[in-house]
Amino acid sequence: MTKGSVRFEAVTKRFGDVVALKPLTLDIAPGTLVTLLGPSGCGKTTTLRLIAGLESATEGKILIGGEDVTALSATYRRVSMVFQSYALFPHMTVLENVAYGLTVKRIPKEQAHAKAEEGLELVGLKGFGGRLPSELSGGQQQRVAVARAIVLEPEVLLLDEPLSNLDAKLRRHVREEIRQIQQRLGLTAVYVTHDQEEAMAVSDRIIVMKNAEIAQEGSPADLYDRPASAFIADFIGDANLIDVEITKAGAQTEIALLDRRMTLPVASAVTGPAKMVLRPHQVRLSRDAAPDTLPVEVGYAAYLGNSVQYTLVTPVGSIFAITPPQPQPFRMGDTLHLGFALEDIRLVPAA
Amino acid sequence: MRRTAGLWLLIGLAGYTLLPWYMISGGFWSFHWLGTVFAEDASGLIFALSGRGWLFGPLVGFAVAGGVLMRRGGQLETAQGLVAAGALGLALMAGQGLVILGNGTRFGLFEGATQPGMGAGAMATAAALLFLLTTGVSGLGRGRGDAFITGLIGAVIALVATFVFYPMLFILVSAFELKGGAGFGLSEFLPRFFAPEIWSLACLTGRGLCGAASNSLMLGLATATGTTFLGLAFALIFTRTNFGAKRLLRVLTILPIITPPFVIGLVLILLFGRSGTVTEFFADAFGWEKTRWLYGFWGVWLAQMLSFTPIAFLVLIGVVEGVSPSMEEASQTLDADRWQTFRFISLPLMRPGLANAFLLGFIESLADFGNPLVLGGNFNVLSTEIYFAIVGTVADPAKAAILSITLLSMTLSVFIAQRKWMGRKNYATVTGKADSGRHAALNDGLRWTCYLVALPWAAFTLVLYVLIVFGSFVKLWGYDHTFTLEHYRRAFSIVFRNGIHFTGAAWDSYFTTLTIAAIAAPLTAAVGLATAYLLVRQKFAGKDAFEFSTMLSFAIPGTVIGVAYVMAFNFPPIELTGTGLILIVVFIFRNMPVGVRGGIAAMSQLDKSLDEASITLGANSATTLRRVILPLMGPAILAALTYSFVRSITSVSAVIFLVSARYNMATSFIVGRVENGEFGIAIAYAAVLIVTMLLAILALQLLIGRRKLRRADRIETP
Repeated sequence: MTKGSVRFEAVTKRFGDVVALKPLTLDIAPGTLVTLLGPSGCGKTTTLRLIAGLESATEGKILIGGEDVTALSATYRRVSMVFQSYALFPHMTVLENVAYGLTVKRIPKEQAHAKAEEGLELVGLKGFGGRLPSELSGGQQQRVAVARAIVLEPEVLLLDEPLSNLDAKLRRHVREEIRQIQQRLGLTAVYVTHDQEEAMAVSDRIIVMKNAEIAQEGSPADLYDRPASAFIADFIGDANLIDVEITKAGAQTEIALLDRRMTLPVASAVTGPAKMVLRPHQVRLSRDAAPDTLPVEVGYAAYLGNSVQYTLVTPVGSIFAITPPQPQPFRMGDTLHLGFALEDIRLVPAA
Repeated sequence: MRRTAGLWLLIGLAGYTLLPWYMISGGFWSFHWLGTVFAEDASGLIFALSGRGWLFGPLVGFAVAGGVLMRRGGQLETAQGLVAAGALGLALMAGQGLVILGNGTRFGLFEGATQPGMGAGAMATAAALLFLLTTGVSGLGRGRGDAFITGLIGAVIALVATFVFYPMLFILVSAFELKGGAGFGLSEFLPRFFAPEIWSLACLTGRGLCGAASNSLMLGLATATGTTFLGLAFALIFTRTNFGAKRLLRVLTILPIITPPFVIGLVLILLFGRSGTVTEFFADAFGWEKTRWLYGFWGVWLAQMLSFTPIAFLVLIGVVEGVSPSMEEASQTLDADRWQTFRFISLPLMRPGLANAFLLGFIESLADFGNPLVLGGNFNVLSTEIYFAIVGTVADPAKAAILSITLLSMTLSVFIAQRKWMGRKNYATVTGKADSGRHAALNDGLRWTCYLVALPWAAFTLVLYVLIVFGSFVKLWGYDHTFTLEHYRRAFSIVFRNGIHFTGAAWDSYFTTLTIAAIAAPLTAAVGLATAYLLVRQKFAGKDAFEFSTMLSFAIPGTVIGVAYVMAFNFPPIELTGTGLILIVVFIFRNMPVGVRGGIAAMSQLDKSLDEASITLGANSATTLRRVILPLMGPAILAALTYSFVRSITSVSAVIFLVSARYNMATSFIVGRVENGEFGIAIAYAAVLIVTMLLAILALQLLIGRRKLRRADRIETP
């Protein structure tokens, strides 16, 4: 194992009777940005804090850079963390904040301050060193927190929902910056978020967690294109999950949707009930009937400028659809026909 | 871990081989022991080699630890070895200390051996063994593998065990001890515990006196009811009316904190005693009979009401303010009038807080010593009975122990009940969410009731304090009201002849009091805040028990602590009576719970990710504490300092057992004057103490105020 890698070997964490993490094994390759994604309470923050050493593992082994750090305290692990609240020390100036990690390592003050200045320059805050954190905007505070973490040249940089306190517009800008800094310095970074769009935008790899264990991991494209479960399909990009029956498994799959039979160009292993994944923007709506379409009624329509969103009442349940703006949008109560391209469809287990 | 352990091993060995093992007559700081090697001030090693073989115990621990460190085994193996070494060394050391005493041995072991109390060398050795143990524990991955945290936990546990539980054990032991060293049993305890002199209810039927426990309970209930009621009236006036002189009411809350405990009783005697001013007035004007009504239940109750109403007031201000205004507004928008809103919304919401104030008043009344001592007469309560069992004509430690157990079980059950029922509820009232809106005003009837009840009482209290000053300037209150400075002269005269001579009778105890209070205050704050830090910021096994035991000394009445210390620290292994150290120690552990509470409150407001940020940036816990947490906790630290300083000065119950000719305290000096009937000098001294404490509080408040202002604009954005 090389510098910057993180490895969990069957790590569990319990708080009293509460299981925060079921036996978890994971590998994070050096120089990559890996996101832990999941709904709140899924164990993603616990995992991050275990890497940092802020929690100690109940069982299992944690390795950073190939070295067993399970019993090593957070102080001596070569990781640093950017907190959700930024956790800037309110009684120190920006420069003192950034230099803090260096001065506690007994690095001479001038040297530490020079390095801290470099760090501030890296995040575009040159000249702000003399201010107090409270005199900066939210985005600037966030960048100070990043600078403070990276001047230590950590083996692993941990980010705990770093953007959640920023407004939506700033968020996209800052996440690009974080990604660029990470790539420029070749850092290993572990990023926690519950926002799947943010995860898709910054990650080399995403680990989706649910109920204290990993639900699926892979590149953003993997997760979107090949969801392994209904949960993933729904969580990574919206999805309509429609009950179908697999009638013939194999390299191509035959399914039954109501009384319609279709052959999908995807492989499957078992026959029986399954769910069909239909992304909202893959839904095709038309006023005219065509073979293999479903009759639907528009239950609700919302005009958003760059798109129109429909909630459709269908024989297989409610379906959510997004279409580009049309010259003549459909209205509530219109009866339409719903179609889709067979190659867009993915299948996931029913339960 | 290896480095920390090595350091403690060296410190321990140095303590063991170089420092004097036992308490030495000249005192450690005289450094006489530096010149001598083979005398009473020799080190542990030398004593061990010259006949006291049991002193090799700690060395066994050090040897094991040294061996483990030399072996350079794996992390886990080393950690387990250190834990074993530390535990073994401590056990051997405690064992020999408890078995071999100054005048013989216990349990028939080491017959004929004797040894004095432990001194500096033993202390260094014990500390080193303890920290070897805790360093080992951290190596096992506990406390997030942080040796500083496990060490801090170990230190607090060791201190509380030594200075709270160990002395309490002596009370238990001597209560169950049979006469003539015949062992232990219930045969003598039970009859004495259930004796009529403790539990009798004869006074209710008018055929004799009640037992001390019955009296304490009745007094406690009466005082708690009265203070809660009055406190609520004050709190309502303070928070729900536009009463003009609210600042004056605030002053009322500080007064009891800075009043030596029996001063109120004293002034009451001078007003309502048999030859008191008011009594004389009514006797002259209306020919009323002069009675001794003040010396008994009603006098003590009145004094306790005066002393503890402000405490209830202080608690209930928070409670009344804690009722969310939006609840009251909701009630009013639902067409309830002000009285209905108060009766059906505000009052029920205050119920836990009221119960809390009641229980607090009950504990305070049970533990009160000064007022019953001065005003009790034939009305015996437990706290004074304990005192008389120790210092009376026939000293009866067993009786004192049994009374102490009775008193302790009462305060403890209240303490436990309070924690169980409403400990949590109290904290939950203040949420981080800003709650706008205004509290409902009181309806007229309720407002005037509050005014009529509370304001005369406030006036009465203030008059009493004015009279304290007045009394200190007249020759003999009640008889000769000519102005004089004689009392101050006798207590505080200074002679300028060949330099300054403090010839006044009170100077000695005054300086001792200030010195000891000044030494105890920072130590109290340190122990209290360290404990608060562990409770708020750290997770470890047994934390609930840890929290309970650190708060326990709050529920132990001062007299009980005093008796326990006299019993436990009068002979080896820890021999402290007659020293100034025992006074400092008793103050630290008496006042620690308040430091803990203040620390918890302040630390809960600091975002936890601040410490975590510091830790992940490579600072260890000690650095984090020093550079991040302490700078942000300035106000809480100063509050803890002020409080423990002032409490040390006004404390009497525990202190009165522990003072010595050399280390006399102001309060026990005043009690002595009262017992001699020298009221003038007692009151003058009390007035000086009050002024001293006021100045101290003001000085610290100025400091706190400034710091707060400077920080306010910084702390807003996390």
